[in-house]
Amino acid sequence: MTDPEGAFPDPALAPGEAADRAVAGILDAVVRPVPGAPRGVVVDSPPGAGKSTLVVRAARELVDAGERLMIVAQTNSQVDDLVDRLASKAPGMSIGRLHASDSRPAPEALRHANVTAKDKVADLLEQDVVISTAAKWQWVKTEQPWRQAIVDEAYQMRSDALLAVARLFERALFVGDPGQLDPFTVVGTDQWAGLSYDPSSSAVVTLLAHNPAIRPHRLPVSWRLPASAAPLVSDAFYPYTPFRAGTGPDDRVLRPGLRGDGSAVDAAIDEAAAGGWALLELPARHTVRTDTQAVAAVAATVRRLLDRELTAHSEQGSTPLTAGRVAVGTAHRDQAAAVRAELARLGVPVDPAAGEAVTVDTANRLQGREYDVTVVLHPLSGRPDATAFHLETGRLCVLASRHRHACIVVARAGIAELLDDHPATDPVQLGVAVKFPDGWEANHAVLSHLAEHRVRL
Amino acid sequence: MSLLSTLARLEAVRAQRAQPLATVRHRHLSERPMVLVPLAAAGESGAPLAVLLGTDRESPRLHFVPQPLNRTQRSEFLAAVAREVVPYLASFGDEVELLEGSEKDPVSGEKVPVVRELCADAPQLIVPNAGGVSHLALLGRSTRFRRTVEDPDPGEYPSPTEVPLLGRWLTHLTDRAQVPGSSMLLAMTGLLSRHWATGQSNLEDQHLAARLAWHLPPAGFEPPGTGAAAAEWVESARDGDGLLLHPPAGPATDPKFDERVLAPAILRHDAAVAVRERAEAARDAAEVRRAAGLVEQAHAELARVLLSVTLPTWHDVWHGLDLLRALPAAGHLPDRWEGDRWSFTMHRDRVAAGEPPQPRRDDAVTAARKLAQREREQARLEIQEALDDPLAMAERRLAGEAFAGEVVEVVPEWSAGRSPKPRPLLVVRTDDRPHADPGREVHRAHAEPAQRAEVVSAAPGEVVVRLLSGMGRRKDPEPGSVPEPGTAVVFTLFELAPRQSAPLPEPADTPWTHGGPPVAVEDVPVGADEWE
Repeated sequence: MTDPEGAFPDPALAPGEAADRAVAGILDAVVRPVPGAPRGVVVDSPPGAGKSTLVVRAARELVDAGERLMIVAQTNSQVDDLVDRLASKAPGMSIGRLHASDSRPAPEALRHANVTAKDKVADLLEQDVVISTAAKWQWVKTEQPWRQAIVDEAYQMRSDALLAVARLFERALFVGDPGQLDPFTVVGTDQWAGLSYDPSSSAVVTLLAHNPAIRPHRLPVSWRLPASAAPLVSDAFYPYTPFRAGTGPDDRVLRPGLRGDGSAVDAAIDEAAAGGWALLELPARHTVRTDTQAVAAVAATVRRLLDRELTAHSEQGSTPLTAGRVAVGTAHRDQAAAVRAELARLGVPVDPAAGEAVTVDTANRLQGREYDVTVVLHPLSGRPDATAFHLETGRLCVLASRHRHACIVVARAGIAELLDDHPATDPVQLGVAVKFPDGWEANHAVLSHLAEHRVRL
Repeated sequence: MSLLSTLARLEAVRAQRAQPLATVRHRHLSERPMVLVPLAAAGESGAPLAVLLGTDRESPRLHFVPQPLNRTQRSEFLAAVAREVVPYLASFGDEVELLEGSEKDPVSGEKVPVVRELCADAPQLIVPNAGGVSHLALLGRSTRFRRTVEDPDPGEYPSPTEVPLLGRWLTHLTDRAQVPGSSMLLAMTGLLSRHWATGQSNLEDQHLAARLAWHLPPAGFEPPGTGAAAAEWVESARDGDGLLLHPPAGPATDPKFDERVLAPAILRHDAAVAVRERAEAARDAAEVRRAAGLVEQAHAELARVLLSVTLPTWHDVWHGLDLLRALPAAGHLPDRWEGDRWSFTMHRDRVAAGEPPQPRRDDAVTAARKLAQREREQARLEIQEALDDPLAMAERRLAGEAFAGEVVEVVPEWSAGRSPKPRPLLVVRTDDRPHADPGREVHRAHAEPAQRAEVVSAAPGEVVVRLLSGMGRRKDPEPGSVPEPGTAVVFTLFELAPRQSAPLPEPADTPWTHGGPPVAVEDVPVGADEWE
């Protein structure tokens, strides 16, 4: 096999130019396919590499070329985001938002004049673009399939969902981040392990297995991650498909307005402002999932972040760090609920309905989101064991790659020892490609980097 | 592991006794189950050694392979097992209910009435542990394609006709066992783990006898007692010859037993057979008679040692059944058992119609359909267990997914519009802390018809919800449909009916992304493997 497109970008090229070349290549393959080209185009995108921008551009060019287009995303909030973005960037395009009969799309998606929301696809067939979730598309019956589709967050789509929607289009652009969380199921699927069409595997894995002629394209530059984060995330989670930051070390500066009060929390904030990372470490201890002290440390960090009037200077200008630009990431929903409760107690806004608020959510729901500063409760903090769930590479990758400026990780000491005590014991299945790096390796890589930014509480 | 089950484990440690995780029995138990204790031979994966089986606790029957490497003997063993198991399975196929339904005529597209058969009951196999289920799955896989004398091309080593039939049934039952909540093939360790917590790890709970030692004092343990010491004794106590006092539940046997007891007994049997064969070749009638006696003796000795390592497990399984039968049955069991009855009936029909055995591998569409079914059944199981069992609901309440309390006030309100509908507010006093943000849809448990509500406000100690449905079509709610003050209510944040699975294409319409329609693979002639 030849080298995948854009896999080894010329390091001499400026980041902007390297990214432009990759995007131009992708758009050519999608909008002007050569005769005999495979029916699918796959684009692997590391965190913040302009995936959404690419989707918008591809949609515009396809519609300009006279195509009717369907777009498949995975969650309702992803669909609403995409509708909002597409409608703002292309006011002339008519956009249909297909939604379930028992749910309403978000107001941001509906505020545009060129967006029509309906729960029946028949009412949307005249639209240039129709967008919905994979779950909703599976129920669509139509005599008139689309010629062209875009599948967003394709690595989070399950193979069986693609099986159900592939009848709706002839050609498709699949865009996604291979480093994020794999799709999952709560029931046993061992009997299909190793089959190319294992229904619980990712849609892209199945697609590539059955269409070997498809060579994945890659976006080589992360515009989100700062120069302090891109090399670590690239090395730890994308060792064979490296990418780089689109900005230099001096382009992003985070500066506190008020001096620290000498507390460990403030020291961690200063450390993160200076180096992009901080590890706020609590004493080693086995705890329940909603570790009260760790939750309190997360909440106190967020409180101080907002109190200290930080300013984020970047290539997009200087903005004060407000609640809406901060996110807290956890592994479990009950942890997120505990953090939310504690933040509310400290008077930090957490309810988006009541105005600008700090986002507190699990890794699964933070996928695709972007903030200036993130505070992460480490998935392995306080645990007596390291299960496959907590070790999953994608979970850590999502949590460590949502920020434009800095990431503060809150954890109990002893995670490295915990990892050493729990080597991966998953059975090796014939025919299943070993995923590398595994969670064990990636966790160690991140930890050893964080150790240089440690502040003890 | 949830908070409640962790707590139950801690209590089990303190009491040195198993602690309940359920107040009702969540799996159907047949009145006439067949218990199987299978053993596998070491060295070859899936090679059967013996099975102790039966439907009568007092008279188990032992079948074994005297020389586990001998394929002819293995085939005879499987035939003997099939002659026990298949008639048991088939005995449930005779009594049927007739259900009237309608079906779309494939040609005209009109609905035509049809009468379908549903077997009144279904068989139930119980094995000691999950390893037993996998062993039966391997047996099913290795036998369902075997050719018999009835095949047009029986090949060099035709197997008895019952063997492939047994393989198809075992494949069906082990596949069905993957469906959450199904009860046609159950592992006793799994059944006990669902209903009781012990003070040991999940891994240790896989040892049936050690697990039971948390319920009942093991026979021979002095002083009699339950708990960790009893479990350890059962797991590891050995007699003067170094043999385990309580053999493991299989399918793997204790290596010491293999080395000191089983291997010599097999050797003696092999030797006796060799003597007989030599005598037969020499046409020495007296020697043949003497050798036949030797073979019989060696055979009886093998039976004795194999019985000695399966009988304790056999009793353990029945003791486990006693424990489970003492629990009252959960309310939704008939509902889920009907799914098993359909599964049984449909396989019975496929066998009767002469359809070929299940393919080696599922195609893309079949695999996706099975996964969808399992996920749907998993959701149904979680809902039904929560509704059937206050302890299961308590776990959901602790997780913030439900709340229980007392209605302290009802404020009658109506929707706006030309024909106002009742939208009463309920103030519920509760100590639970649901993750219920205002606007969140909740569902009232045990409401008939189903009743939805919306969270209006949630403060510690008090949740206010607005009822949205289930109150009839008139302006005033149907009597009894709105709970009075003082009524105990439970609301769940999860839906109380599993979502339908999305439709999938027919296998013939498998799209390009999944390799297109499956092509009929040229099957390797079955039974062409190396024989002996």
